[in-house]
Amino acid sequence: MRKTTSILFAGLIAGVSVFGAAQAQDVKIAFIDPLSGPFAGTGTQGLAEWRYAADQLVNSKGGVLGGGKLEIVPFDNKISAKESLIQLQVAIDQGIRIIAQGNSSGVANALTDAIEKHNKRNPDKHVLFINYSAVDPALTNDKCNFWHFRFDANADIKMDALTDVMMKDASLKKVYIIGQDYSFGKAVAAAAVANISKKMPNTTIVGNELHPIGKVKDFTPYARKIMAAGTDAVITGNWGTDMVGLGKAVIQAGYKGPIYTYYAATTGITKTFGAEGKDVIRLVGEGQLNPPVSKRAADYVSGYKAKHPDFDITQPRIANAVEMLAKGINKAGGTDIVKIATALEGMQHASIWGGNVTMRAKDHQAIQDIHIEVHTNDKITFDFDNSSYGLYVESTIKDAGMNSPTSCKMTRPS
Amino acid sequence: MELVIINLLDGLVMGLLLFMLSSGLTLIFSMMGVLNFAHASFYMLGAYFGYQISQYVGFWPGLIIAPVLVGCGGALIERYGLRRVHKFGHVPELIFTFGLALLIEEVVQFIWGKSQMAYDEPAVLNFALFSIGGNEFPAYKVFMIFIAVGIFLVLLYILTRTRVGLVIQAALSYPDTVQNLGHNVPLVFMGVFGVGTALAGLAGVIAGPSLGTFPGMAFLLGSIVFVTIVVGGLGSLWGALLASLLIGWLLTFAASYNVHMSDVLTAIGFTPPEDMAEHFLRDLWTLTMPQIGPILPYILMVLILIVRPRGLMGKREV
Repeated sequence: MRKTTSILFAGLIAGVSVFGAAQAQDVKIAFIDPLSGPFAGTGTQGLAEWRYAADQLVNSKGGVLGGGKLEIVPFDNKISAKESLIQLQVAIDQGIRIIAQGNSSGVANALTDAIEKHNKRNPDKHVLFINYSAVDPALTNDKCNFWHFRFDANADIKMDALTDVMMKDASLKKVYIIGQDYSFGKAVAAAAVANISKKMPNTTIVGNELHPIGKVKDFTPYARKIMAAGTDAVITGNWGTDMVGLGKAVIQAGYKGPIYTYYAATTGITKTFGAEGKDVIRLVGEGQLNPPVSKRAADYVSGYKAKHPDFDITQPRIANAVEMLAKGINKAGGTDIVKIATALEGMQHASIWGGNVTMRAKDHQAIQDIHIEVHTNDKITFDFDNSSYGLYVESTIKDAGMNSPTSCKMTRPS
Repeated sequence: MELVIINLLDGLVMGLLLFMLSSGLTLIFSMMGVLNFAHASFYMLGAYFGYQISQYVGFWPGLIIAPVLVGCGGALIERYGLRRVHKFGHVPELIFTFGLALLIEEVVQFIWGKSQMAYDEPAVLNFALFSIGGNEFPAYKVFMIFIAVGIFLVLLYILTRTRVGLVIQAALSYPDTVQNLGHNVPLVFMGVFGVGTALAGLAGVIAGPSLGTFPGMAFLLGSIVFVTIVVGGLGSLWGALLASLLIGWLLTFAASYNVHMSDVLTAIGFTPPEDMAEHFLRDLWTLTMPQIGPILPYILMVLILIVRPRGLMGKREV
């Protein structure tokens, strides 16, 4: 009798604790991005931002599923698609069902294919793909699938927003498009040509060219051509040293107009441009840092800077991704990936950076405010590279690309 | 016409910068028979040293101190590294300098990180000196021209008009005879290696602000420096100058003019294919001059090796 009671009692305790565990369940997210090699800097900053966002926005605010924590588990993919697939398998074997990746569209394309196949073959072990940075339009068009969600605006939406702003400026008569000779550079050029010829009838494209990626020793000859063409605005998708080299050469050749870019900030670029780039370098992107939209946003950034004095909030969208994912998990009431994905579809979210983020259901592309920001040291609250220079929002396109077309035909799990 | 003049000037700056690298390399190569793969790494070290010194005492002291540091480092590496490897032959030497290049790149990334450094032109030279047809020419580039020309004149004087220069020239051709005459040839080698790397360091200090200071800078410029000394002729200072200017102008003009391959092919009598997207030679037809610019120096090198293997001004076969 005594024995039976104790067994019953033990069983009861076990039952309670299992129940408790189901209530407060930790959720792991595999962060698959470069943490070594030439792009380690970008990956390391992304990881720090993910961890900070999970702690600040979710774990310290009650967590997920009744007190569970979001845990970010890093996996180094050395920015190789092949390595990423291995790391994906390792993550799945460890029981992780949510994958976050962003650096390189090539990697994202490989991952989205692999995850779709995996989910088809393993209906009991579905995996969710949170793409926080890769902007290749194909990911939410031809290659879209139910498991992939993109939180950055894709390259087409950004160009659409940029040209919406440019068309209001009648002084921009001659536009010069220049980019790196590979898929992304070509995609930016194609989008620019399409948008400008549609929206800006009085503007001519005086130059459209690609230069070898990472091989140009001196950008001065390109700058001379840009000057000789009488250019009013330059558009480029360049990044890294190609961005700095081009920008500096063009400015030193005496160019005074705007240089519209996608990636001319942070990781040393802002500091290198410094005073020279003031009011010339512009950037199209999401996430407003200056002026801060709210005390909450300001506290978030200062908290991050206090923790990582040498880092910056390079990818504000990570905060949206983390908050929306947590919401989706709570709404699903567990870690059933189909339920989480269904909850994310069409989700509306008031972003910490102001405005709304809508996860468009038909292609899983986040629709959000896109800003044109200028490189300056005036009225900058949060600078980059501790250089006193930062990005100040000049104009905003509300819910950019809300009605942009998509060729996505998604099959949903029944 | 205005564009041609400004391109000539830009090409001159590029060419003289190449000359500062190739002059040291060609002396080292012809004297010691060492193809110094790490030469461009000393150029990178110069830029990073210059940047670090400029953070404390400004650009100008860095212009002197950084090359001296790089030169001393180079001399020590010759004395305690290269000279030991030398007795095992050329292949170990080659591997030694190759490893050194990788090591320097890793060390630079370890200390300064992977991002580009904010190494800027000194404020006093950060203005446009003149402008041709709306294209401004920075004062800093004029300064680069003067430094490089000054270096050339000093080198030329030392090599042809001084006793040291005579010993170096003699050691280039007959090292054993020079040694038998009582000169300390290993010391001459060490000095030449030190001065050569110091010149590369100086090139780095003045190029860092204008072409960017980042871990890939050695690789970006290094590949072309070898082409320069082969084209110019080994051991010839005039050859190095001539080849550097030639390649500087080649790179600049190739990037400046959007000559389309389709125009060239049509001009020499080919008809463009009806359906470009499907044609098997479409890549050739859609090429433009700026796209092939970076490989032109290599084509030039191959041509020189076929037609005149000793290089433009060289005295002996490669």
